Amino acid sequence: MKVEFYEKVWMCAAVGLLVLFLGTIVLTAANDAVHPPSHVETVDPMALANNPEFGNPAVTVHTDGSVVVSVVTTMYSFSPDPIVVPASRPVTFRVTSADVLHGFQVVGTNANAMAIPGYVSQFTVTFKKPGEYIVGCNEYCGVMHHNMVGKLIVSKESE
Amino acid sequence: MTGRYLLAGTHLGVSVAAFGVAAALGLLQALSLADIQFPHRSESLYYTSMTAHGVLMALVFTTFFIMGLGYVLAQENLGRITGRSIAWFAFWLSVVGSVAAATTILRGQSTVLYTFYPPLKAHPLFYIGATLLVIGSWIWGGVIVASYHSWRRDHPGEPIPLPIHGMLAAIIIWYLATAGLAIEVLAMLIPWSLGWMKTVDPLLARTYFWWFGHPLVYFWLLPAYVLWYTVLPKVAGGKLFSDSLGRVVFVMFVLLSVPVGFHHQFEDPGISAEWKLAHTVLTYSVVYPSLVTAFTIIASLEVAGRMKGAKGLFNWIGRLPWSDPFFASVALAMIAFIFGGFGGAINAAYAMNSMVHNTAWIQGHFHVTLGTTVTLTFMGATYWLLPRISGRDLRLRGLALVQPYLWIAGMVLFSTSYHIAGLRGLPRRIYSASLTGEYSQWHGLSMVAALGAVFLFASALSYVTVVAATWLAGRRIPAPAFEFASSLRPPVASIWDRFGLWTSVAVFLIIGAYAYPIIQLLSHHRYGSPPYQPF
Repeated sequence: MKVEFYEKVWMCAAVGLLVLFLGTIVLTAANDAVHPPSHVETVDPMALANNPEFGNPAVTVHTDGSVVVSVVTTMYSFSPDPIVVPASRPVTFRVTSADVLHGFQVVGTNANAMAIPGYVSQFTVTFKKPGEYIVGCNEYCGVMHHNMVGKLIVSKESE
Repeated sequence: MTGRYLLAGTHLGVSVAAFGVAAALGLLQALSLADIQFPHRSESLYYTSMTAHGVLMALVFTTFFIMGLGYVLAQENLGRITGRSIAWFAFWLSVVGSVAAATTILRGQSTVLYTFYPPLKAHPLFYIGATLLVIGSWIWGGVIVASYHSWRRDHPGEPIPLPIHGMLAAIIIWYLATAGLAIEVLAMLIPWSLGWMKTVDPLLARTYFWWFGHPLVYFWLLPAYVLWYTVLPKVAGGKLFSDSLGRVVFVMFVLLSVPVGFHHQFEDPGISAEWKLAHTVLTYSVVYPSLVTAFTIIASLEVAGRMKGAKGLFNWIGRLPWSDPFFASVALAMIAFIFGGFGGAINAAYAMNSMVHNTAWIQGHFHVTLGTTVTLTFMGATYWLLPRISGRDLRLRGLALVQPYLWIAGMVLFSTSYHIAGLRGLPRRIYSASLTGEYSQWHGLSMVAALGAVFLFASALSYVTVVAATWLAGRRIPAPAFEFASSLRPPVASIWDRFGLWTSVAVFLIIGAYAYPIIQLLSHHRYGSPPYQPF
């Protein structure tokens, strides 16, 4: 198969571009553990009320100082609401749904995960800037989907 | 309309009608999102119309257009359509299915959006209707493949005509993709919606859906590429720069279109990071054939300009037929794809996806890609097809020429605003950008997008008007011949024509990408979900 010289140059450059993109992704994934939330854990969505963790979802500060936020999403609210967490410390979110699919997105940050009934989404975020953030549901969940809005308060480190 | 093209023309008619209805609904959605009041504005109308818009645009407009185009290409390049009566049966099956699904949507019984993620439950006829449409398209694919085999018996050893080569690639992708959809709908959603199964696993259903959902975009894109490779250089007055690379490109899509679905599920729990990364690598690989296409097509246009006597580096651009509605549409479609393609590379960027996942960025993205690259190409192709299949001169030619520019202007406003709003965190698929009324940081951008939607609707209306006017009142002319581009070097039969081989490799890749993660999903201790209908 004959390929013109300039097209060959372009084809090699295109390979180079894609290798550059992929290299960046694979390198940061391998070296800095930059991954999308990919936790594997199941939970009975019909029995969340009796679940020790999701029966009363809340912010828990463990003795080692780590912060864990358990969140239950339902039509059309987040629980707990508001969520209050300290600034500049790793906060681990554990999110599930009691009914249909929902999204859990903290506007203005990279905290963004699907809430899927039967599964627990888990990811860790450090909020540097204290203040109030909007928590939005970004997956269609019914006729009042747009009203499913919560609040996240990042408090100053001293507390 | 003469008998030979009645089949294709009828498909085209359904396609354009679905497009017109869907475009009007789209305008209502953009107005609603921007909090602009209009009569009967309501949450329930918004989500109902969003479901109808998605299903009509993504499934009905595209599928019927592609089926019609496939029949034209078979007629012109193979000299036959083998099984015309079966083709008509497939048409009516697809129409009945589409009407059944659309009826349950418009009655408010299936407000599940075009992604229909369970445990949201639609009316059973929604799933059954969609299934009939897909079965109709399977039969269509069979008719094209049978026509090809019949041609092959008469032409042993010849290279496959390039338009058919691309169309066969699209059909193979369609079969491979809809296998995932068939598992989801037949084994899970239909029995569940009829009450025969109590629960379904929403994550498993989503995984099967995206096995289908991403290659779906290549099923739209490949017929557009066929028009770029085989019609555009001819309309531009030149030749295809490289026929053999076109074949390589189509084969690469067959191999890589399907095993990439996890890039829609980056933010899902229950799928391990390693497999998401594997799909990321494959997703970037499927960008490659589009980069090759960019060179080949632009080089073909340069050839056209130079054949018309252009000298110097860039003045071939001015020699191109910008006053031809087909050419203008496709040229603008290609420019849009530069932005759409790079936006897609951002979406596919693994961890970076969390910045854009399910934000307004996404609707901005697929309105540039499907909504412009594919749609404008199909609109332009309609202006090319219509006189040839109906024997009528294009009416309102001026309007047809303004229409693509109107579309691109509208899309720049619409899509750019949503891209920015998405980066600023505006969630996707919402009735009002002010959310509960407390927050309006996205209001300005949603107003600009609504203005864009007005332009887009004006463009859509122009398109439908030109089509209807030509069809009903176009001056009768001797139908112009269908002419396809020849290439600089004559095509040769090669390994790139061996679709049996490439399909086997594609199946192998799909098994590699999906078998283990799906077995993993099935082996969890899983809890299903009962149905919900919060609409």
